[in-house]
Parts: sequence; C-alpha cells; structure tokens
Amino acid sequence: MYNKSLKELSNSLQNKDISSVELSQYFLNRIKHFDGELNSVITSNEEAALVAAAEADKCIQSGNAGLLTGIPLLHKDIFCTQGLRTSCGSKMLDNFIAPYTATAVGKLEQAGAVMLGKTNMDEFAMGSSNETSFYGGVKNPWDLNTVPGGSSGGSAAAVAARLVPIASGTDTGGSIRQPAAFCGITGIKPTYGRVSRYGMIAFASSLDQAGTFAKSAEDAAIMLQAMSGFDEKDSTSVDKPVDDLLAHLGDSIKGLTVGLPKEFFTDDLDDSIRETIETAIDAIQSAGANIKEISLPNINLSVPAYYVVAPAECSANLSRFDGVRYGYRCDSPKDLEDLYKRSRGEGFGDEVKRRIMMGAYVLSAGYYDAYYKKAQQVRRLIKNDFVEAFKGVDIIASPTAPSVAFSAGEKKDDPVSMYLSDIFTIGVNLAGLPGMSVPCGFIDKKPVGLQLIGNYFEEAKLLNVAHQYQQLTDWHLAVPAGFEQEA
Amino acid sequence: MQWETVIGLEIHAQLATKSKIFSGASTAYGAEPNTQACAVDLALPGTLPVLNEQAVRFAVKFGLAIGAHIAPYSVFARKNYFYPDLPKGYQTSQFDKPIVGLGEIDIEVAGEVKTIGITRAHLEEDAGKSLHEDYQGMTGVDLNRAGTPLLEIVSEPDMRSSAEAVAYVKKIHTLVQYLGICDGSMQEGSFRCDVNVSVRPMGQEEFGTRAEIKNLNSFRFIEKGIAHEVERQIDVIESGGKVAQETRLYDSNKDETRSMRSKEEANDYRYFPCPDLLPVEITAELLDEMRADLPELPEVKKQRFLEQYKLSEYDADVLTTQRAIADYYEDAVSFSDGETKLVANWVMGELSANLNQYSLDVAASPLGAERLGGLVKRIADQTISGKIAKQVFEFLWNSEVTADEVIEREGLKQMSDSGELGKIIDQLMADNPTQVEQFRGGKTKVLGFFVGSIMKKTQGKANPQEVNKLLQEKLKE
Repeated sequence: MYNKSLKELSNSLQNKDISSVELSQYFLNRIKHFDGELNSVITSNEEAALVAAAEADKCIQSGNAGLLTGIPLLHKDIFCTQGLRTSCGSKMLDNFIAPYTATAVGKLEQAGAVMLGKTNMDEFAMGSSNETSFYGGVKNPWDLNTVPGGSSGGSAAAVAARLVPIASGTDTGGSIRQPAAFCGITGIKPTYGRVSRYGMIAFASSLDQAGTFAKSAEDAAIMLQAMSGFDEKDSTSVDKPVDDLLAHLGDSIKGLTVGLPKEFFTDDLDDSIRETIETAIDAIQSAGANIKEISLPNINLSVPAYYVVAPAECSANLSRFDGVRYGYRCDSPKDLEDLYKRSRGEGFGDEVKRRIMMGAYVLSAGYYDAYYKKAQQVRRLIKNDFVEAFKGVDIIASPTAPSVAFSAGEKKDDPVSMYLSDIFTIGVNLAGLPGMSVPCGFIDKKPVGLQLIGNYFEEAKLLNVAHQYQQLTDWHLAVPAGFEQEA
Repeated sequence: MQWETVIGLEIHAQLATKSKIFSGASTAYGAEPNTQACAVDLALPGTLPVLNEQAVRFAVKFGLAIGAHIAPYSVFARKNYFYPDLPKGYQTSQFDKPIVGLGEIDIEVAGEVKTIGITRAHLEEDAGKSLHEDYQGMTGVDLNRAGTPLLEIVSEPDMRSSAEAVAYVKKIHTLVQYLGICDGSMQEGSFRCDVNVSVRPMGQEEFGTRAEIKNLNSFRFIEKGIAHEVERQIDVIESGGKVAQETRLYDSNKDETRSMRSKEEANDYRYFPCPDLLPVEITAELLDEMRADLPELPEVKKQRFLEQYKLSEYDADVLTTQRAIADYYEDAVSFSDGETKLVANWVMGELSANLNQYSLDVAASPLGAERLGGLVKRIADQTISGKIAKQVFEFLWNSEVTADEVIEREGLKQMSDSGELGKIIDQLMADNPTQVEQFRGGKTKVLGFFVGSIMKKTQGKANPQEVNKLLQEKLKE
C-alpha cells in the first residue's frame, strides 16, 4: 500500500477497495509507528483528518472525486492552516494558530486531499539540515545518523519513509530539492509565481516558492497541478493559465536538448557524485535526448549573492515577530525595548538571528550599495546566464547537492560549509526558474539526487523528462531499510 | 543681524479610499479600536499586501493637478523600524522611485504670487495609534488606522515666512479636497503636516541647520509653531549656540516646541524595495484617462466665477476655496433665477455663520441649495424684504419647509399695495402733525421716524422702497 502511486491509490479509493478513512488511518498508523524515531511530523491533525477523510468518502460515493480526493498528505509547518498550529519550526510561533489557511493548502483541500499533520522544518526555513528546528532535528530514513536535508526535511523524510504518499514543501535556496536528494525522493519547485505565497510564512519573499514532494514525477505533477495558479491575494503570483502537467507525461523526449553547465562539473565535484550523475545523464540520452555542455559564467557568485539577498529580505520579514500581537512574548518585560530584545532574543534560534543580523547589516546605511545593490546586480547576471542558456537547451541537468546526506552535527557549527551544500540549487531561486530533484542512485547506501532545471513555466516539460527517466530507472521506488514493513 | 526664514513642508494627506492601501479593511474613522484591522493589517505571518488601485489613481490625480512628472514606473520600499503601532516592523512606503515627481503650485500672499516647488509625492501606509492613557503603566495599540493610504507631499524649501507656509498648506488643502482624494479633516488627522524650519543671515546662500516640527494640526498652529521656532533658533544663534538638527514637537497648550529626538538618535531605516509588491506601472492610456477626468481646479473655477457670475475677487475667492461650497453656490444660483450676488451674500453670510456655529460641513447643511435659492428668489422679486428673509432663513434651517411655504404660513409677504400703505401713511401723518411740519420745513431727517413707525405697524412687512416712495409723495403734497 505505502509504495503505491497516487493513480493506484485513487483507483483503489474509487473502486471502493479501500475508503479514505481507512487509507488515512493506515498512514496515521505508519506515522505513529515510525515517526517517533524520525521526528518528521510535529503536529498531528488526526481527528480533523478523519472527518475530512469521511467527507472525501462521501465525495467519492457521489462520483465527484478527482485524483487527490481522499489522498492523505502532510504540509510543511510553514503553511498556515486555520485552527491548527503553524509554528514554522520556531519557539516564536509555538503557540500560533492562524485564522486562515494558505492558498496552496486550501487548493489541495479543495481537491479533496486529507491533511494528516504538519511536518518539521528548519526554523523559519533557514537551514540545510533540519537541525535548526525548535522541535529538534529530523532523521534521514536511509541512515538515521544523517540529516534529511533542509529546510523541508520533515516532509522529505516523511515521504521517503512512506509515512504519506505526498507532502508539501517550500524552496528558497534548495529547500525542496536538496532534502529530496538526501532522502531519495522526487521534489519539484515550480517557477517563482506559479504557486501562491499567501499564507506561507515568508523567509525571503523574492525567492520563496512552494512545491511538492512525492515518490515519482507523476505524483509530484498531480499534486503540483492542484496547488498551482494565480491568486489575487499574492501580487507576485503570475496570472497565466496552468499547463496540464499530466497531459505531457507521455511525451517522447527524443530530440530534446539537455544542457550540462560546465561550472557544475569541475574537478571540485566529488567523483562518486559525478559518476552517478553521468550515469543518469546517459539514461536520458538513451531515451533520445541530446546532451550539450553549456556555460553559466556567473553561477559561482550565486551563493554569496543569495546570502545577501535572502538575509536582507528575512531581516524585514521577521520584524513582525516582536512579542506585541501574537507569538512568543518574554516574561514580564520592564519596558518596550526589553520586550523587543527578550521576546526576539528568546524566541528565535541562532541561525535565524545570524541571518537577521546579516540582513540588517547589508541593508544599513553605507553598506547598501556594496552589498544589497551589488547582489541584486549579480542576481540579474545569473538570471541572464540562464535565459541565454535556455535559448539553446530545453533542460539543464546537474547534481542536486555536492554530497550525499551528511552526519547530524557535522556542519552545525560551520555555517559557510552548510551554506555551500546549496551551491547547485541556489542559482535556480535567484533566477526564479522551476527545478526538481529525482533519485538517481546511491553512494554508500545514501541516495543521490539529479537536479533538472526547466525554463520559465515549463514545469510540464521538466516533469516529463523526470518521468521519462523514471520509466527507465527504479531508484525512485527504493524504500529505506526498516520502513518496508507494515506498521 | 537680519535673518531670513526658510521653510519646507511635508504634508500627509490621507487618501479617501474606502479600503486600506494594502488590504480590504475599511478606512472609516472612529470605529472601536482594532475592529477595522484584518489579518494583513495585523501583520499575521504569511499575509501579503495587495495594492489598492484607487490609491494609485488618487496619487496620479494629484500629480497631474500640480503639473508634475508621473513616474511610469514607481517602487514600494520597506522602511524598517520597530514600534508597537507598526505591525510589520516596517512601513511600506516609496523611497527612491516615488510615483509623483517634480511639480509646482502658486500661492498668493499680500497680493504677491509666488511659485512653490513640490519635490515629490509618494504613496505610503499609515501606522496605527499607541494609546498611552487608561492602561495603567501599559500602552494600548489601535490598529484601525494601520494601512490607511497616505500621500506624502514634500515641498522644496521655497517658503520664507509663516504666512507663505500657511498659504501653501491651505492651497494644498483646497486642492486635495477639490480632487476628491482627501477629506481634508485636520481634526481627524486626515490632513497633517510636518514643517522644516531653518534661519540664515539675510543674503547667505547656504541653508541653516533645520529642525522639523511635528504635530501641527491646524493652520493656526502651523503659523504659531513656525513663529515660535524661528524666534527660538535666532535666540540660540545670537546667544552663540548652534541649532541642532532634530525633530521637535509643537505643544499648542504651552505654545512652544520641544525636542523629540536628535539626528544622532535617528534610525537607519534600511530602505529596500518591497519584494511582495510589483513595481507600479502607469501607462500613457491611464494618464490620458485621468487627465480627462480631472475636475475643474480652484484657480480655473475662480476665474469662471468672476466671469460667469460677475462676482468680486473676494467673493469668488471665498466661494471657491471649498469645492463643496462652490457646488452649493452654483446650485443655489440656479434655483434663485440667477441671483448671483445675492446668493453669494447669503452663502457667505447667514449660511456660513450657521454652519460654523454648529460645526457642520456644507455637505451636512440642514438647508440645501435648492431651498436657499428659493429664499433668495423671493428676496429678489420683492416678495419679502432682506430683513424678513432672515426670519424665513431660521425656519428653513430648522425644518424641511420651503421659503414659499414659510412666507405663506407666517403671513410674511411684503406689503407693496400703495392703497393699503397709503392709508397707514395718511393715518400716521394725521397722528403726527408736528413731524409733518418739520419735514415740510426742511428737516428731511424725520423721514426716518415715519419709515420706522410704518415698519413697526406692519411688523416689518412693508416694502421699504414703496414706503419711501409714498412718503415722499404724500409729505410733499
């Protein structure tokens, strides 16, 4: 059951082989059984989920069901869910219950999906290992000593352990793709503006984009289809019809051109990663695609540019957490300044504070031009590089991360090395392009992710390349040891 | 030493949109605290701003009215600082790319026309209010006002006296109301200004150090605040000190300004473009549409009043200061059969006095233009005298009746019948032979005695012209 595709699950539901209540209960049991160790789910929605599942069953009875009707899922705890705590992985919002639901979550609810709970994450989505969460780290189901990646580590680990068929995530600098790679599952971040950011707690507004985790490109496409679309509540969402993502999954990729940025395949690249990726590229080539070397001349500036732009935006985005209206407030503040200092000092963790300070610094008088403005210029160059590259290719491929999952604690006190684990993914956010990670092999029993990058709003083409690859391989079907058993 | 005053102003005009600049919450004044603050205004996490198009149109309207450059592309920025009434921890404003660029406006002081430059006008959101009373050592926060759209209008330092500053503020005040983009209420805070004041020795080119005076919420306070501040600065310099660049608060109770914060304590606002909002694009089509839609502006209306209604300079000026008054005047004229001067007198006299007495806007006047016009018509056709008309006005002000109904009901119609009046005069002459003799002997002053007696006898209803005419005839017989 746990390894079934969404189409198979949907068929079982519509054929009444199983009810949504039973299916939801089945995955709730898996969460109860396995998650004590993983710590991927931080808030359960069991009671409301079973009510929603019963509703879904009625909908199925009446013959109005879609592919997601009655399908259980988990949401990253960055999405506001009316009536259910939304903590964003922070002590600051440990007591926060939003009076509204994020648009992306609402759309999935509309489609009939059943939310089982909320997943763990790096605090305010700042991290690449899920170690900055107020609720503790998440373990990687493939090796419990390693991290699942971040910041959407909870969602990635939950789908990898088959605790749910699909889960939502957000990606600001690689927060969907890197954990998808570390956990051996499929994750996609669509074009910036494709999914509404309304109700998604902002980290860096110009980079944040919601997306999906699934076992396969097909499942990711089904979920993304339901989440996508213009939202008048988000001025940066794009008013453009959403392509039928499933309709193109059968297309041949013969004649398609896949570009390999030479800057991503330098001598610095780990040999075993390179071999794994090259094998994957060979498979895509065997399906008829042309492979071509390309250049993204400014891509090596993406990490420094990102670590100016993202903290700058976050420094302002997180100012609202001031202990005045909601969220954490320190005990008996003696005056306003004390209220601010202690509420924020006690409510935020170290990584969040570090980024707020960096952001305030790069925006301050006398430094703005040298840092923020310069970083925006670099960002434009990086975007232009991609735009140029896509004139000659359909898809760009690379490793998702420079390594497989690293050990817990390994990089915790070395922020720069942690930041560099997103070196292949960050440029995509700076450019606002769609990108995904698909499992393409193992090194030391740890999954490796192949990153595929598409042109603006070409999610359909991107997902199809991933889907075609998954027709030729079965890395995406591998289940981590210990999690194949039934709960 | 001779000193010259240099003044520049920042005016915050609250735009008269129904909803807030970035949310759908109402902007109506006076609601219970925090009943008009939605999730966006409260800056709940995950909420996002959506720009109110009407606010943009209002800003463009203002820009067109002062002949300013309208930026085809303007950008919202975040101005970062912490304060409990600023929910997001930043104010969304415009910084280096404002929607309205350089423009100008003419003011007139003591018959001299002077052009004042307007540096820019930009859109921004208002903050909430901190309530320091009634909370025993705590501060209350009311976020009803948070997110209300403001147009900040920044002038060049072109004014050289408090009179010029007040003339400028009044000019802008009139203009924004004319355009229908701001209700202009200074009491409710929908029209506020901060004044930058400095002094320099007469003839010196470079500016002195300026102080910014806040909290000037009436024309009188602007005048007094500036006067006081100029005096203070001159005192400081003449006694060997230096004027500090600082923000000062005007205290109308003590009639003084006092320091709020110095420049050293000033925030570094860390402005940067707001990533939640797209740049505002103003197309040529929109500009054309807005241009066609501009109402008649005060200057133009005044000229028209001078020509069309043959009013005096003074009357035309007073009647066009407020668009609502001008509209009322024109309506009343149309109902009075074109009595332009008489209507002007009644609008500027009796009506204004009553509106002032009850602190009412002309829009809230219990006496509408149609009924006032009807009253003036009856004065003009001599149905009633001006004196009786004041009595009729009281009835009109206090109830829904028309002038004709009051005149009929109260029997106030003027006596013009020469036969009837003649009888009264004959009787009066018979009763007062001495006075008749005096008149005939050349003491024409006694005519007043006769007129007064007739008015008394007729309770003021006698037509004074007719009375005069008849008296002259009969006394000379």
